[in-house]
Parts: sequence; structure tokens; C-alpha cells
Amino acid sequence: MLKSLKIEAEKCTSCMQCELACSYQAEGVFNTAKSRIKIFTFHHEGRFVPYTCTQCSEAWCLHACPVEAIVLNPRTGAKEVLADACVGCKVCTIACPFGTVNYDEDTKVVYKCDLCGGDPECAKACPTEAITYVQSEQTGLERMRIHAAQAAGLAGGAADSGA
Amino acid sequence: MTWNNKVLRINLSKGEVKDEPLNMEWAKQYIGQRGLASKYLAEEIDPRCDALGPENKLIFVTGPLTGTPASTGARYSVVTKSPLTGTIACSNSGGYLGPEIKYAGWDMIILEGESPEPVYLYIENERVELVPAGELWGKSVWDADRWLHNKYQDPQLRIAAVGRSAEQGCLYASIVNDLHRAAGRSGVGTVMAAKKLKAIAIRGTRGLGNIHDPKAFMQAVSAGKKILAENEVTGAALPKFGTQVLMNVINEVGAMPTRNMREVQFDGASKISGEAMHEPREADQKPNLVTNIACGSCTIACGRISTVAPGHFTIKHSPQYWGASGGLEYESAWAMGSALGVDDLDALTYVNFLCNEDGMDPISFGATVAAAMELYETDAITKRETGGIDLRFGSAEALVEVGKLTARGEGFGKDIGLGSRRLCEKYGHPEFSMSVKSQEFPAYDPRGIQGMGLGYATSNRGACHLRGYTVSSEIMGVPEKTDPLTPEGKPKLVKAAQDAASAVDSTGLCAFSTFAWTLDDIAPQLNAACGSDWTGEKLMEAGERIWNLERDFNLAAGITGKDDNLPERLLKEAAKTGPAKGKVNELSKMMPEYYQLRGWTPEGVPTEETRRRLGLGA
Repeated sequence: MLKSLKIEAEKCTSCMQCELACSYQAEGVFNTAKSRIKIFTFHHEGRFVPYTCTQCSEAWCLHACPVEAIVLNPRTGAKEVLADACVGCKVCTIACPFGTVNYDEDTKVVYKCDLCGGDPECAKACPTEAITYVQSEQTGLERMRIHAAQAAGLAGGAADSGA
Repeated sequence: MTWNNKVLRINLSKGEVKDEPLNMEWAKQYIGQRGLASKYLAEEIDPRCDALGPENKLIFVTGPLTGTPASTGARYSVVTKSPLTGTIACSNSGGYLGPEIKYAGWDMIILEGESPEPVYLYIENERVELVPAGELWGKSVWDADRWLHNKYQDPQLRIAAVGRSAEQGCLYASIVNDLHRAAGRSGVGTVMAAKKLKAIAIRGTRGLGNIHDPKAFMQAVSAGKKILAENEVTGAALPKFGTQVLMNVINEVGAMPTRNMREVQFDGASKISGEAMHEPREADQKPNLVTNIACGSCTIACGRISTVAPGHFTIKHSPQYWGASGGLEYESAWAMGSALGVDDLDALTYVNFLCNEDGMDPISFGATVAAAMELYETDAITKRETGGIDLRFGSAEALVEVGKLTARGEGFGKDIGLGSRRLCEKYGHPEFSMSVKSQEFPAYDPRGIQGMGLGYATSNRGACHLRGYTVSSEIMGVPEKTDPLTPEGKPKLVKAAQDAASAVDSTGLCAFSTFAWTLDDIAPQLNAACGSDWTGEKLMEAGERIWNLERDFNLAAGITGKDDNLPERLLKEAAKTGPAKGKVNELSKMMPEYYQLRGWTPEGVPTEETRRRLGLGA
């Protein structure tokens, strides 16, 4: 069965472990600027939200690429960039509605999350389980459970933020 | 190796920017960060120089683990001569700025001279510019941060800035990065403002790649993270309550300095505690605490993000404070709470916002207000001096008004910005200043925790808990429990805590990691990163070397063993309540043994033999 990254922002502490693990796996350097996953800070609300490619089934980026440099990895479901084939036209960055494909000024090609070939480093590095790698069909189960508990008027429905 | 081997040297007087290699020989002896920059400072400035003059230098420095995923590895320090104490100063901060220095390709930034006009420093990798900051001068840290982010349209720009308190000469102004993390103590922000440097904005896209042994490093990092996660303090108490977990604990052991240290327990402690920050409040049924936050790489996440209750008198007409921002830590809650007898959690949260917004050290600020309240109580100052503020102990309104004035350097706030020693001397009661070497005490009463008294008296930057946190042993039992009420065995404990802290502060890691880690847990992370051969023992020795280097700087600056002292109140007025009732701090019983253990003369000067053993010059 296919697996997906499940992100529960309420558990995120903005520690950047995911970004460092990602940049190191992908580029061999620790650097948040090179990470495929990004934590966004909403200061006034006190919220930190990790965000990355969701690996669309019908991927806009893949269809937009004129040189077939973005391909499906059938084992993981990831849409992977073939750096050698990419010509840096950036059409995919326009096509992606979520902004998760980006151009790298240094390498002159685009980059995006490739799920690390099926063993995503971000999920392994996250200390609070804000990022987990789970069966794609079950990413919503925990939220359903919480809302089910609320609907039934049971205590302990709300997710524990750890705070 | 996680060093970039590159130092950025900027002469602000001439507007000159240079780069040079890092002195790797010194890095071997002094580890990095606090130790390494202290060595640079000691070599490069005259310790007797005017801290606010162009001869002083201001060094932003990272450690070998800053910017790596080693848990808590995001610290940087600011090293300079302090205008508050006249000693060497090293203030340490987290957030995300330290790693950005590394990612931009630098290890250290040395700022020399004094700019003829206000400037800020912009760094994008090797591109380094001094930019006129006329428009920024006079702005708060928060406004400067917004202005710079707007100008560069780069949300990932990391910014450290000084606020209006620093510009107006407040002697304990801090440097604030990422809006609410601060190099807080000893007036490092005052030095930055005196150099007319308003802010440093950094963007690094290079990254750290040159790990000596990547596989061993990731294994050591994982092992370290596991220890932190499984430890009761770092894995549970700190993420849940932050350092505020201590408020009720320290109050119960009778070591809570209260109302300018006249008492050792505060009846309002539970109302301003970490537990209270979790309780839904009346105004909106939400707790003060919104969430916890981590600094870069930190898997503990002790930081607090809080809001002030809607409609509270402090923010009713000030929408800019309605959102969430950096909340109370134990020190700030104590300094503005117990030290003043104020138990209004929202007022404390608001004034903590002010401290971040305009860059001032909440410890020295709160403790100075405490001294001012005692001066007011004895009529040494009156409403004529305070500008009409009724400066009574327990008054949240007075705290808030004085907070605003000090943050902006206006009116009576100018007096509060002097720090307690100068304030109390000005108004004829030096005995009311609860300070050592002119720096105010933090939140542990040395009558109830004896080792802290010796630690405060001998700290190289004036009274400070982070220079040797014997609370770990005396209260929390880490690594082993000692009796807080006895002076026996404390000289050894203090020395070990001071040396260990000097080492940890030099690595890029956070002091709080040592609730769970020993130096033996840190050494493998350093070695795999840098190819070094540190052991716990060698790190302790480097810590001792750093401590003695700082001591030598202070001696050369004219600060001697005579200054290793505590205010009379703590030596003569016994604790009135709690487990320490009847106790004073027994400093004189500890000091001779401490000097002896340090290898210092009875006057507190390192002997030739000690210097030789540690490889310090004559």
C-alpha cells in the first residue's frame, strides 16, 4: 500500500530538525534554505506549520514539464525530478498550485520532495511526531477519531499539543 | 569539520569589511563560541578600555555544533566588555540566527570601532554590506525586524537588533534575534548601540556540509536526542512548563528572592507559575500559553509563546500586543513578579513583551525596579523622581509604567536603565542593590541555595545563574543531590559547574541539555563533527582554561578578589520563612577553599603554576 507524509501542525515546535534532515539527505548540507519541507511561522497566532509536496496523483508539475524531467516513482508514489533532464524552464513551479516545486539558483534545476525513495528523513528526525509517514488511506483517521469523540461528547477529544 | 574557517571582521569607524581565517589553534584550546571569542577579545582589546568607546569590540560567535542537527545546536554568543559590570561579557542566545551565520559561510563576526552614523549590517553569504540605518534608528526591535523583512522581501532573513533602550543608553540592553530570543545579560546591546549598529540581517544559502564522519555524527546525534527525550526534565517538564516549572519548586524550598530579596518566599508564586500559564483564564477561557517553541535543532522545546488576556489593562488600547509572542520564562516571571511582589500574570507577560520589543534584560530590569521600590518605600525617591508613578511593591500598574519608560529610555526610565548599583548609589542607599560586580541577581536566593551564593560572588560576568548552575545538584539532584542549606562541599561543586558551563557554552549547544547530558555525551558529537579528540575530561579542562582566561581579563580590567562578594543583606539578614529560615549565605566559609581549588592565591589571582597547567600565557 502507498504511504504518505502526514503532517499535524499542532504538534510542531519549529525546531527545524526536519529541514536539516531533508537538506542533508538531498544536498549533503545542513541548511534550511535547501530543504524541500518548510516550517512556516505564524507569529501572532503562535503556530508553526510544516509544509511540503503532497505527491498529487494527477500531478500538475509532471504534466506541465515539456521535457519529461518529472517522473512517477511507482513504488513510492513520489513525483521525482530527473536533474539531468531538467532544463530549468520553471513551468512546473508555475503549474504546482501549492508552491512545493522550486528552482535552485546554484544548480539551475528545480527541486521537490521525493519522499527520500520511500524512507523520508523528515519524519524520522521529527521529535514530536508532527510529521509521520503512514498509509495514504489512513492520514485522516486520527482526526476522525478526535471529531468522533467530540460528536459523542467524550472527554479527551482534543489533540494534545504537547505544550 | 563544521567550521567554515572564516571570520568576518568589520571596522565600523572606517566602514571596512575584511575576511580572515579562523585561528584553529585557539579553537583546539577554547572549543568555540564563548571560549574562542573570549580569547580573541582578550588578545585584541585593552581590558581597561571604555566599554562604550570605539576601542571595545563586539563579537558574534558560533560554536562547532551551531547549525548542525545536534539537539539544541543553534546557540551563538555575543562577547564584549560589559558597560554594566566592566568585566568580560558573554551573552548567549538561541533562536535561528546562529545557524544562519554558519549557513552564510562564517564562523564569527568581529565588529570594531564605532560608526559615524547609524548603520545596519546585511549579509547574504559572501556579500556583506554596511547600510545607512537612519530610518531604523529610533525604532523598536520589532519594528526594525518588520522594516528589514519588508525591505528585502525575504521571510527567511534572520535578524538581530537593538531597541530604543539600547539607543538611550540603558546599561543592560540586550540584542534580540528572531523577535523574542535574546543575548540578554550584561548590556551587550548597549555596546552594539554605542557602535551605532542597529541590526544584523543574515541570509545563508551555503549550508554546512563538511562533517568529519557523517555516519558517526548522525549516530551520536540520534543517541543524544534519545537521552534528552527519555529524561524527565528535558523530555517532559521543560516542554510542558518551560523553565517556569521552577516557580513553585523554588518557592517551596524557600529560595525565591522576594521584594528586593527581603523575603525568600512569595505568596503569589502559584499565580505566576508555569502551571498557571496552562490554566484557562476568565477573559476568554484560553490559557496564557499558546504553545511551546524550540530554538533551531532543539528537541527539548522549552520556549513559551503566550498572549495577554484580551481586555487586560495593559493592552486594552494597544492592538499591537494582542497577538502571541515570546512568553514568560522563570527568570522573567521572577524578576517582574516575585522580586516586585507582583502576581498579575498578564502584566508580567506584557512587560516581558516590552523587554523583547525594545531589547532589555528582564532580570536586571526587574531587579532594578525592585531596588527602586525599596528606595521609594524609604522615601529616598518620591513621585517627584518617578514622574508621578506610585512605585509600591506589589503594584502591577507601577511595573507597567516603569517598563514602558525604561524600554523607550524616557523620564524615570533613564534612572532604571542605570541598573540597581548606580541607581542606589545615586539615591544614597548602595545597600539596596542586589548585585555582584554591578550585575543583578537572578532568581535563586543564596540563603536557601548556598552554592549559588559562591557562584554569584565569583561569576566572571557579575551575578549570574548560568555561569555555574548548582541548582541542578542542590535542588534537582542532577547529577547527585546535595543539601542546599550547607556550604560544605560547595566550593568543589561550584568550580565543577563553572568549568562545565564554560565548556558547554563554547560548543554551540544549550546549557539546558545538561539536565540530561554530561560532557561525555557531548564529546562524541563534537568529535564526529570536527575530527577532534575531546573527552569529558578534556572538555572540563578547556572549561577551566576559559574560566581562568576570563578571570585574567577581569583582573587586568581592575576587578579583583575584593569584588567576589555578596550584598550585606544576604550575609547578615537571615531568611524569615521556609526551610532556610534563620540562614544567611555562608560565603566566607566557602571562598578560601574555592580559591585553593582553583589554584588561585588567597587574593584570587591564578598562580603561575595554574596558568602553566592550563596553557595560559604569563
